[in-house]
Amino acid sequence: MAAMAAKAVRDLSGAPSLIELRSVNKWFGQFHVLSDINLDVKEGEKIVVCGPSGSGKSTLIRCINRLEEHQAGDIVVNGVTLSNDVKNIEAIRREVGMVFQSFNLFPHLTILDNLTLAPIWVKKMPKKDAEEIAMALLNRVRIPEQALKYPGQLSGGQQQRVAIARALCMRPKIMLFDEPTSALDPEMVKEVLDVMVELAGEGMTMICVTHEMGFARAVADRVIFMDRGEIVEQNEPEEFFAHPRNERTKLFLGQILHH
Amino acid sequence: MSDDALPGGERRQLAPPVDESGALGWMRKNLFSSWGNGITTVVLIVAVVWILSGFLDWAVFTANFTASVGSECRGGGACWALIREKYRYIFFGSFPYEQHWRPLFAVIAMLTMLVTSADRRMWNWRLLVIWGLGSFVTFLLMFGQIHIPLSLFLTIALVLGGIGMNLRKAIAEPAEMNAYRALAAIGLVGLVLRITGILPAWSLAIAPFSYVETSLWGGIPVTIILATYGLAFAFPYGVLLALGRRSNLPLIKGLCVGFIELIRGVPLISLLIMASVMLPLFLPSGTTIDKFLRAQVAVILFAGAYIAEVIRGGLQSLPKGQFEAADAMGLNYPQKTLLIILPQAIRVVIPPLINTFIGFFKDTSLVLIIGIFDFLNTANQALVDPNWAGFPGEVYLFAAFVYFIFCFSMSRYSKYLEVELNKGTRR
Repeated sequence: MAAMAAKAVRDLSGAPSLIELRSVNKWFGQFHVLSDINLDVKEGEKIVVCGPSGSGKSTLIRCINRLEEHQAGDIVVNGVTLSNDVKNIEAIRREVGMVFQSFNLFPHLTILDNLTLAPIWVKKMPKKDAEEIAMALLNRVRIPEQALKYPGQLSGGQQQRVAIARALCMRPKIMLFDEPTSALDPEMVKEVLDVMVELAGEGMTMICVTHEMGFARAVADRVIFMDRGEIVEQNEPEEFFAHPRNERTKLFLGQILHH
Repeated sequence: MSDDALPGGERRQLAPPVDESGALGWMRKNLFSSWGNGITTVVLIVAVVWILSGFLDWAVFTANFTASVGSECRGGGACWALIREKYRYIFFGSFPYEQHWRPLFAVIAMLTMLVTSADRRMWNWRLLVIWGLGSFVTFLLMFGQIHIPLSLFLTIALVLGGIGMNLRKAIAEPAEMNAYRALAAIGLVGLVLRITGILPAWSLAIAPFSYVETSLWGGIPVTIILATYGLAFAFPYGVLLALGRRSNLPLIKGLCVGFIELIRGVPLISLLIMASVMLPLFLPSGTTIDKFLRAQVAVILFAGAYIAEVIRGGLQSLPKGQFEAADAMGLNYPQKTLLIILPQAIRVVIPPLINTFIGFFKDTSLVLIIGIFDFLNTANQALVDPNWAGFPGEVYLFAAFVYFIFCFSMSRYSKYLEVELNKGTRR
């Protein structure tokens, strides 16, 4: 983590808004899990969302690609409003890639098949083109030799890197990461974070729910702290970690930065 | 330890002690590991030898293979001569005696069809060809004459054209697309003309042999036809029921739940009787649906409900993340279900699925209740002959042996499938 140098503050004011959340509310039954969320994510921006368990951070990013449904407010992704219309949902999902905490690779397919599945069936790409793209991405995440193995034969860090490559095969505009390193052994966390740092360096718009504060410091343009369903505080990483303003933020940082 | 070191620096590999390995070691560990186990082993061996010798004595050493009338066979040993006398009826039922080669070849055709389908390399369009050809040969041999109506040709043209237009949209040349459009158009127009009566009813007659109606069919071909086509149609039907039951649309879910619970709630016998007795009451007088077809449909409906529940178990066992990953990638419902969900769900439930298949293969005997004589029932009929009365043991033992061959093969195939399909995972 020490190898990740602090980065310069970037000027994103000219970039278009890729994701807009306006007064988004969600309930699980009676439980108010997302409370009046307002968020604007510009193209090329990297956002890290942190907070205690149950704060709604995973629910927030899962609402963006409709894995969860919001009951009130508007979500607009890449110009498309998220509603019950299946066409809108599919259009949004094609531009948004997601990486899960439990990898969710398809165990009955080889790594190569895992990667080429979506391009072939959703984008109707010919198999050879899809395989070329897949191999290029496997090279990028540095595991080209695993292409014909099955997910069960790979280590956790390798599986997560494959999951990132699989999401990138669709050339998404936005990448969502839901605690990507939380299920990994410590020695594998670095290999996955390295891939994510490279991805960030290439200009990808990213929203990352994570507890890896070193990563946030190195890569994020904004760190957002959520607690009990609301966005409590957001700021550039340097300011956020050095001068937290809200009591709850201070409490949370006190708990996690002591490790 | 340095004594064991070889020049290359490796340790010399020693053989394990003699009575810890090999057959002797296995016996010592599993049969004679303690005094209690040892005594139990000896007692059981004595019991098995005693029972087996009694059985072998009856079945082989004092058995009669050559009697020509029942009374000659009363020696106390097994009367296999009964089987020798009656095997034609037991295997083929009341099918005309001189034409028994026809059901024999029909059975061979079906077994060939099943064995080739078992090979994974055939699991694509080839499967349709195998089953189309195999079914055609089977029913041509059993019926003797087939009349293929014009409407079937037209339907096939429509279906092929439709499928071609949809699946090959992205890849095909304009000429190929036009061919599909033409096929579909001919099919559609022809069917409309046929239904409105403008085109006369016509059928292609293929009649190489004499016609044998289904009421004369019996024995092994009946069992295999009912089981094979029953399960072949029940399987996709069961999959659809299982998916429908998990649907969010209340109408579909309600229909599927209702159907499954209704079918599971009644015995197959009552379904068969209902199909046989009640159905003609609902049809316009004069029209009859072949009794064999009715039995076949009842088996399909019944097996489908059970298969649906087995597969639903498999669907439920999948982690939610699989569905979410498929959704997040932009796959629609049919793609997600066919490529991701069903392959995994079915792999997981191969043991209970084959279990259901084996059970249904034997349940086909219940068609006796509507007067169809499958293998077990023709064997049963062989006991009715007054000349050969009183040898139930031999007949049922023989029937059990034949059933065992089929069921055990299915069981071994299940084991093979489990290993083959789970190559990438540790099971």
